[in-house]
Amino acid sequence: MWDYSEKVQEYFYNPKNAGVLENADGVGDVGAISCGDALRLMIKVDPETEIITDARFQTFGCGSAIASSSALTELIIGKTITEALAITNQDIADFLGGLPPEKMHCSVMGYEALHAAVANYRGEEWSDDHEEGALVCKCFGIDEAMIERTIRGNSLTNVEDITHYTKAGGGCNTCVETLEEILARTNAAMVEEGVLDAKAAFVIGARPTPDLKARKEAARPTPAPAPKDSPLAPGAPAPKLTTLQRIRLIEQAIEELRPYLRQDGGDCELVDVDGNTVMVKLTGACIGCQAASVTLQGVQARLMEKVGEPLRVIPVASAH
Amino acid sequence: MRPVYLDNNATTRVDPRVVEAMLPFFTEQFGNASSMHSFGSEVGTSLKAARQQIQALLGAAHDHELIFTSGGTESDNAAILSALDTQTGRDEIITSAVEHPAILSLCEYLEKSRGVTVHVIPVDARGLLDIEAYRKALGPKTAVVSMMWANNETGTLFPVEQLAELAHEVGALFHTDAVQAVGKIPIDLKSNTIDMLSLSGHKLHGPKGIGALYVRKGVRFRPLVRGGHQERGRRAGTENTPSIIGLGKAAELALAHMEEEQTRIRALRDRLESGLVQQIGRCFVTGDTRNRLPNTCNIAFEYIEGEAILLLMNKAGIAASSGSACTSGSLEPSHVMRAMKVPYTAAHGSIRFSFSRENDGEDVDRVLDVVPGIIEKLRTLSPFWRKDGEKPAEFNPTYN
Ligand SMILES: Cc1ncc(COP(=O)(O)O)c(C=O)c1O
Repeated sequence: MWDYSEKVQEYFYNPKNAGVLENADGVGDVGAISCGDALRLMIKVDPETEIITDARFQTFGCGSAIASSSALTELIIGKTITEALAITNQDIADFLGGLPPEKMHCSVMGYEALHAAVANYRGEEWSDDHEEGALVCKCFGIDEAMIERTIRGNSLTNVEDITHYTKAGGGCNTCVETLEEILARTNAAMVEEGVLDAKAAFVIGARPTPDLKARKEAARPTPAPAPKDSPLAPGAPAPKLTTLQRIRLIEQAIEELRPYLRQDGGDCELVDVDGNTVMVKLTGACIGCQAASVTLQGVQARLMEKVGEPLRVIPVASAH
Repeated sequence: MRPVYLDNNATTRVDPRVVEAMLPFFTEQFGNASSMHSFGSEVGTSLKAARQQIQALLGAAHDHELIFTSGGTESDNAAILSALDTQTGRDEIITSAVEHPAILSLCEYLEKSRGVTVHVIPVDARGLLDIEAYRKALGPKTAVVSMMWANNETGTLFPVEQLAELAHEVGALFHTDAVQAVGKIPIDLKSNTIDMLSLSGHKLHGPKGIGALYVRKGVRFRPLVRGGHQERGRRAGTENTPSIIGLGKAAELALAHMEEEQTRIRALRDRLESGLVQQIGRCFVTGDTRNRLPNTCNIAFEYIEGEAILLLMNKAGIAASSGSACTSGSLEPSHVMRAMKVPYTAAHGSIRFSFSRENDGEDVDRVLDVVPGIIEKLRTLSPFWRKDGEKPAEFNPTYN
């Protein structure tokens, strides 16, 4: 069982400000049901003073997600928007007497929802800044801007914490190297700005923790030695297919998988084939959730079965 | 109020009669069975008696077909590794997508470290094995097939006796992880051809950290743990006498209660299940309801999350478990729910209730009394829930 503080338990068992806020001035939705947690924050704002006069939430998620959402509403009611935006996810966690490290993403979800709700109130697109920074973690729909914000806001210096705080890297693992790059770059900038001790900063290759290496290995597409008799072994005489035949087979396999994807409210489209790399676009509920990693694994296994060659399926970001 | 324990597939309370049987082996009968004096020989006799109690529960032909281990996990590891060692020229394993991590993690490791090919056979939406895929995967390279008898999350049973026959057609060994089946359904190893079977003490009111691996007479075996000559050289290390005695007693009691498992316990489970499904909308039973353990019921509640359900149930004094991501500490819901393609709207809200002979009708009443309110409470908190039912509320996350 999780080691939840008294305050987390109190805010979970008797959440304050739960439910729908009628005629809300701003609504922020973050998360997705497939990801295991989602939060809708609704706020009422006095247009004169910009004071948040009321806030309510609806949350799908675990105990700490519900407690964090409730804590957020308590923290922002009575504050001006400017004051509220100064609240960090760490403030939410502190208000609750701390969260287990694996659950820090619940506080980050609160932070993100607040910013989304304020953007909605102001008639801005909160998703705007997501567009230049493409999605880094396709499994949970996390982009670079959010990762950087979270690294800065919490002075994170290792990749595992990025996963704890944002979920990024917690699904298929293929983004771990990108996460390392972002972490190294952000930490370096923080050192320069004098907000992080140079000794604590993450530097690629300097301090590889064993754990991290294992994760990286797992993320590599092709496992080391393929068994001699596997049809996928490099040496095995594979029936030579023309590019067109391969694409047909791949399309056929995706077609067969479609009913399952639709069942979860998602879909998958073939974008391109480059050698052994198959690029697909996931849409609908498949984006932004770990459903994506499962989907990709499934698609990859099915395609290899059909084509009889080792293939790597990678997701590409939506066109917009 | 007396707590309601409905998590018996996780572990069971040790039966007081088991404890009583064990106690003398900590004090008066502390001897080492290998010793050349009467302290040892008495213990040796008791160990043999325990072996025979387990033999009876499994319907095995010989008591020496049993090897005592530290539990289900060790038994599973020993079985697979032995099969790979003894089946020369074969380097493929076939298993299912819903096995316990004791099998799946090992297979993953063997795939990476030894270049073993692992065929993971999928299941359908009810958790039934894809027999066609299984047949296709079998071949002259198959060293061992490992298929669980009963699934720990849903209770769904695999037709292991037939699966064993198919494995033998290609000369493969057949192992079954029967940790959840032993003591809950009748097993008769004399009348089938299963080569190896794993069981664990703590799932049948015995102690934790003790289990056994059945290896059919004539099946070649290589030990996992090497050292002294205990267990006829098949599992080294001085016997865990008190636990083995406890496991024996637990097996004897399980056999005596087998009838009750099929009748009274099944009836309790069925009443709980139909009661919840009738009272609560938008939920469904996962697994194969026509073909499963009599004690297990797994219900997926849509639009809410399992950990939150468990916490509220725990507060009301009811213990169960969930396949949700949050309870496992991982970020993904249970591999069993995913393998059955339970939609994500429900996979996160799946709850397992598992009974034992210690439960009674009052426990069921309490659940039927409390759980509908908990589900209702969490659903009103959920942004996806709509009172009017059918379609989930519109939700617009800002990324994508
Ligand atoms: C199906 C199955 N196999 C293996 C195990 C592991 O058994 P043990 O805890 O004795 O190692 C369990 C129990 O968690 C189980 O349910």
